[in-house]
Amino acid sequence: MSEPEISVPTAAPAAVPEVVARLTDGEWHRLHPATPLLKGGFALIVVLGYVVSNLRERLLGMFLPRFDDGGDPVDYVVSHGIILQVLGGVALLLVVLISGFYVSWRMHTFRITSEVVEVRSGILFRTNRKARLDRIQGINIVRPFISRLFGAAKLEISQAGNDANVHLSYLSSAAADDLRREILRRASGTRAAEKVAAAVTGSLIDRRVNELLAPELDPDAAPPESVVKIHLGRLFGSMFLGTGTVIAVLVVIGATIWISLSGDFFVLFFALPSIIGFGGYYARKFSQSLRYTIAGTPDGVRVGFGLFSTSNETLPPGRIHSIEVSQPLLWRPAGWWQIRVNRASHTSSRGSANQANTTILPVGNLADVTAVLALMLPDFIGGETGHFIESGMTSKGADGFTNSPRRAAWLRPFSWKRNGFAIVPGSLVLRKGAIWRRLIIVPQPRLQSVGLHQGPLLRRLRLASVHLHTVHGPITAELGAVDQGAALAFFAEVSDLAVLSGQADTSHRWRSGELPA
Amino acid sequence: MDRLELPGVTWRRVSPRLVWVELVGGAGFLVVVLAVGVVMVLLQVWIPVVVLGVLAAISIVNLALTPRRVRSIGYQLREDDLLFRRGIMWQRFVAVPYGRMQLVDINRGPIARGLGLSELKFVTAAAAAGVTIPGLPEAEAEELRDHLVSVAESRRAGL
Repeated sequence: MSEPEISVPTAAPAAVPEVVARLTDGEWHRLHPATPLLKGGFALIVVLGYVVSNLRERLLGMFLPRFDDGGDPVDYVVSHGIILQVLGGVALLLVVLISGFYVSWRMHTFRITSEVVEVRSGILFRTNRKARLDRIQGINIVRPFISRLFGAAKLEISQAGNDANVHLSYLSSAAADDLRREILRRASGTRAAEKVAAAVTGSLIDRRVNELLAPELDPDAAPPESVVKIHLGRLFGSMFLGTGTVIAVLVVIGATIWISLSGDFFVLFFALPSIIGFGGYYARKFSQSLRYTIAGTPDGVRVGFGLFSTSNETLPPGRIHSIEVSQPLLWRPAGWWQIRVNRASHTSSRGSANQANTTILPVGNLADVTAVLALMLPDFIGGETGHFIESGMTSKGADGFTNSPRRAAWLRPFSWKRNGFAIVPGSLVLRKGAIWRRLIIVPQPRLQSVGLHQGPLLRRLRLASVHLHTVHGPITAELGAVDQGAALAFFAEVSDLAVLSGQADTSHRWRSGELPA
Repeated sequence: MDRLELPGVTWRRVSPRLVWVELVGGAGFLVVVLAVGVVMVLLQVWIPVVVLGVLAAISIVNLALTPRRVRSIGYQLREDDLLFRRGIMWQRFVAVPYGRMQLVDINRGPIARGLGLSELKFVTAAAAAGVTIPGLPEAEAEELRDHLVSVAESRRAGL
């Protein structure tokens, strides 16, 4: 396997590693030479091998009926003196395939300037995608297992919108981290120069081994310690106390009842696929959450996970549109919570790596939640408003939140005491649910619009519901059964805040305020 | 049981001609329901007849309320945001900062076009929260669109 087109930097350059400086010089560059293999070459070879080995007799019978008597084709070729023709045919096929891959690799180029990243690809159908750096919603580095063996990584630059991501697959693994840092630095609008990154040394094998074993967090760019550690026991526990398990148990109970009532055992035929399905679901979820790390960097929150295939994404500040801290019922005895977010970029290909890209914290206790929220909302936790988090998660009511009045008990019999909102500097906080407890935080600069609804039932009770509209995602920020007067005041205040915070927001160039160092 | 009312807001109303657009739409639905109902009566299938009868009653009430519903639609262009309301039974208020605008649509259905009306749609990055103002006279709709685009330009905010 040849090395990536980039040689190991020998001397440490002035500002950024030479590799990255070269990739970001604004000229067109090609991807990692192993790209065709990683993108489908392996699959093709495996499939061809499988087909040929399984269907050898059949294929021979079909195309060369003379072999029906079972003679060895190699003997036939040799004895008839057509070795050259056969070899020529095979070689031609290989040449066509390889040159196809080679040309597609040649034609797949990208460039990174100070304003945009642009990718061109395709042989017959050319595509050209250009994305502005200040619109980046996040940069994800995915390393599927096989590509890790080749020292290659996928760089995925998320943009707002459906399938609006720019994929640079594949790049040299070592360059990917530095490249991401450099792209984010340019996007951030900072004028401070980056520190020099350490040059990579050692032989090819050493570097591969180091990359495979290295933690997902690059020590230069992030504090080496993740703020949250998920123990294996907690991971198992959280998975088996999840909704999937409840469904599985219900299915098993249902099947048992059915069998005992009807005496039919044909239900068991469905058991195997279901077990495989559930097993796959758990295995995927499990391997995804293994080696979970989260840490703050100057360019945003970095979330990494995965055991064999790893993924590690940096979300710049101001790219999180709403945050939900929630607790499934079965997690309550253990005091576990999960954190999900709404983001502006959506990937339709929900592969093993992308699946969790709205779950920021798969499971954690109160301290973990606070630590993660501190990364995402530094002003919130740092100030005197930090207690809103804890009371928002666990309190039964009667604290800093504006809660629903007693008459809301008609609609929220259990949760009316804690069903409420709070306006804190920089964010809006909604708290709801006594059984499925939820805390929704919407950063004010991300608020798109605010709504106030009242139907006949709510009107009779002098209640109203408020809606905070953000980009589409798993979280819907709305709060029902709020006192009518409080809701009106909330609506008025939030509509003002939405305007002010939107104007004051500079997070699309999040470090533009910094001075040169 | 007082209705929700925002203090200090004078609403701009949409054209009363919108009533006719809504009436024609509602009446079309009613005609279809009645026609199917007649067929069902002829076929002597009674359960669908009951369902269709209820549907017809609801749509007649709905038609009767149309003028009030149209009167309830209002909007106001404030300094930095667009305020919109609609509904009598189900009241809905939305405030959208101009800077959040992603695009503005103007749509004209066949009946509305006959009456010289347009529908203006203000789209933000939030999928659920688009503001749709129906029943604007064509000139007013275009003027409003140009105004919204220009104020959105001067108050542009990120996502």
